[in-house]
Amino acid sequence: MDFSIEITGFVALYIFVLAGFAGWVVIGKVPAILHTPLMSGSNFVHGIVVVGGMFALLNATNPTEQAIGFFAVLLGAGNAAGGFAVTQRMLAMFQTTGEASKKAGKPGSRAKRSKGHRS
Amino acid sequence: MTVTLAELARLGIGSADLAAAFLFLYGLKRMSSPVTAPSGIFVAGIGMLVAVCASFLYVLDVSPAAEPHLLTNLALGVLALLAGGSVAWWAGRRVPMTAMPQMVAIYNGMGGGAAGGIAAVELFAGAKGSVVALAVTVIGALIGAISLSGSLIAWAKLQGVITKPVRVKGQQIANAAVMILTLAVGIFLVSAELGMAVPIVSIPMLIGIFFALSLLFGILMTLPIGGADMPVVISIYNAFTGLAVALEGFVLQNPALMIAGMVVGAAGLLLTLLMAKAMNRSVSNVVFTNFGDGAAKHNPAHMKGSLKPAEAGDAGIAMRYAKSVIIAPGYGLAAAQAQQKLFEFVKLLQGDGVSVKFAIHPVAGRMPGQMDVLLAEAGVPYDLIFQLDDINADFKTTDVALVIGANDVVNPAARTDKASPIFGMPILNADQAKKVFVIKRGDGKGYAGIVNALFYADNCDMVYGDAAVVLAKMIDAVRGLGSKQAA
Repeated sequence: MDFSIEITGFVALYIFVLAGFAGWVVIGKVPAILHTPLMSGSNFVHGIVVVGGMFALLNATNPTEQAIGFFAVLLGAGNAAGGFAVTQRMLAMFQTTGEASKKAGKPGSRAKRSKGHRS
Repeated sequence: MTVTLAELARLGIGSADLAAAFLFLYGLKRMSSPVTAPSGIFVAGIGMLVAVCASFLYVLDVSPAAEPHLLTNLALGVLALLAGGSVAWWAGRRVPMTAMPQMVAIYNGMGGGAAGGIAAVELFAGAKGSVVALAVTVIGALIGAISLSGSLIAWAKLQGVITKPVRVKGQQIANAAVMILTLAVGIFLVSAELGMAVPIVSIPMLIGIFFALSLLFGILMTLPIGGADMPVVISIYNAFTGLAVALEGFVLQNPALMIAGMVVGAAGLLLTLLMAKAMNRSVSNVVFTNFGDGAAKHNPAHMKGSLKPAEAGDAGIAMRYAKSVIIAPGYGLAAAQAQQKLFEFVKLLQGDGVSVKFAIHPVAGRMPGQMDVLLAEAGVPYDLIFQLDDINADFKTTDVALVIGANDVVNPAARTDKASPIFGMPILNADQAKKVFVIKRGDGKGYAGIVNALFYADNCDMVYGDAAVVLAKMIDAVRGLGSKQAA
């Protein structure tokens, strides 16, 4: 059995075009109020580069490659871990009037809108 | 039929990466509403965890040349993962919300640097693939390196290490020259790797020169850009890193990197265009022109009206007796770290039956949506927060507009003065409220050096001082009022 992946020429372009389109459509729906978490969230997603760094490092054959590979993994891991930490922190802060008054122990709330606003 | 360990490893990695790609997209999809967004980042996080764990399976499938170094490499990998991950996690947990733009810039630069590093390893390892693969490696390296050094300069600007845009004569020509030189070295590097050109210097040296030039270009490109243009710049570098990751994903034949990188690239591009549109400028105008240079010449000395200072307490009491108040925050709110004080004041007004809303301009602050995050941190419910298009019509029927540390985004010259550099930029129509109070540190102009016609308007009073101090005075004044009434 052969599970190796081979992506050449047009197949790569198909992946790029479809992924780019999917990203555009998915992100286009995010309301302006969430733009900062979206930015740091997508920032987190490109932290997947750490996987590429691991591949490069594990296949390193000399000290130069090892050193550069080490830094690639170091930076990629920082990108992923940091991106997750700040995004999660920010998203946990968003609340509605209802949730805010529940937390504060006050009954009743005035605002009803619970969905995000689009700009 | 036998299955080797290497093939099993490929199966494992392939499945994990496929799952990761799906979870990233699904997680981002859940981010389209504040209700589902918190779970969205966890979904994406699981994807990352799965992919990173599976990456250890590469151990079973390394190239024969790397086998003798496997243990060292594995140890280095674990060390790098733990060190990079824990330091960044620790920093991300502690960073104050007001410093979020520079933190995101740093993480973004790290991603770009990692992509550049992968490219460097591939280039040092020598030509394995075709011209296309090599060219893609080099382009990815260029974009990743620009994103790394550019993000670091953006960090320095946001952190206040670099306080002024650095602009010299002939800068654009110099930048163009560096870019052309970088591309030339890149092309030469590709042909040297393929053995089509005889390198004047050794290939490792050539790789070094190429990266040095790419990093230099990132620095030169970012230095002249001003602080208020940072929302555009951060979005651009986010897109750049995504693209670099996608390209290196192709080089490594890893579809998860290709998909994730491209999704982020598209997201960054979309945000960049949105931010540029909110400034009524093109992206190239933001990056390549020295905005505001002409403003000094334009500034009309004959501004009608005058600046009318007001006491913080009086302004606070005026808002207490208003029916409706709209608050337009800007970077000054973040700089003064006054978001908690602001919400305290707002709760006081609400307690007295005043209707309070927040109006957010898309480019208020130093990154897209920064004001929304600051208000959320202070505990402001997001259903009180409105974006430009949703609230602009309401200013006309509002008693008081309170502008805090915002300038260009409320300058009516953008609507009325064709000669103004910001003419045509969508603004918050704060000037249309019956009364306007502006909290501001001093008489200084906005970052673009443009005089703000709003400040001179008849219905506008200026409350000078640090936003946190001014808001504290307003709170005291309104509280004092309450106790007088009770007595």
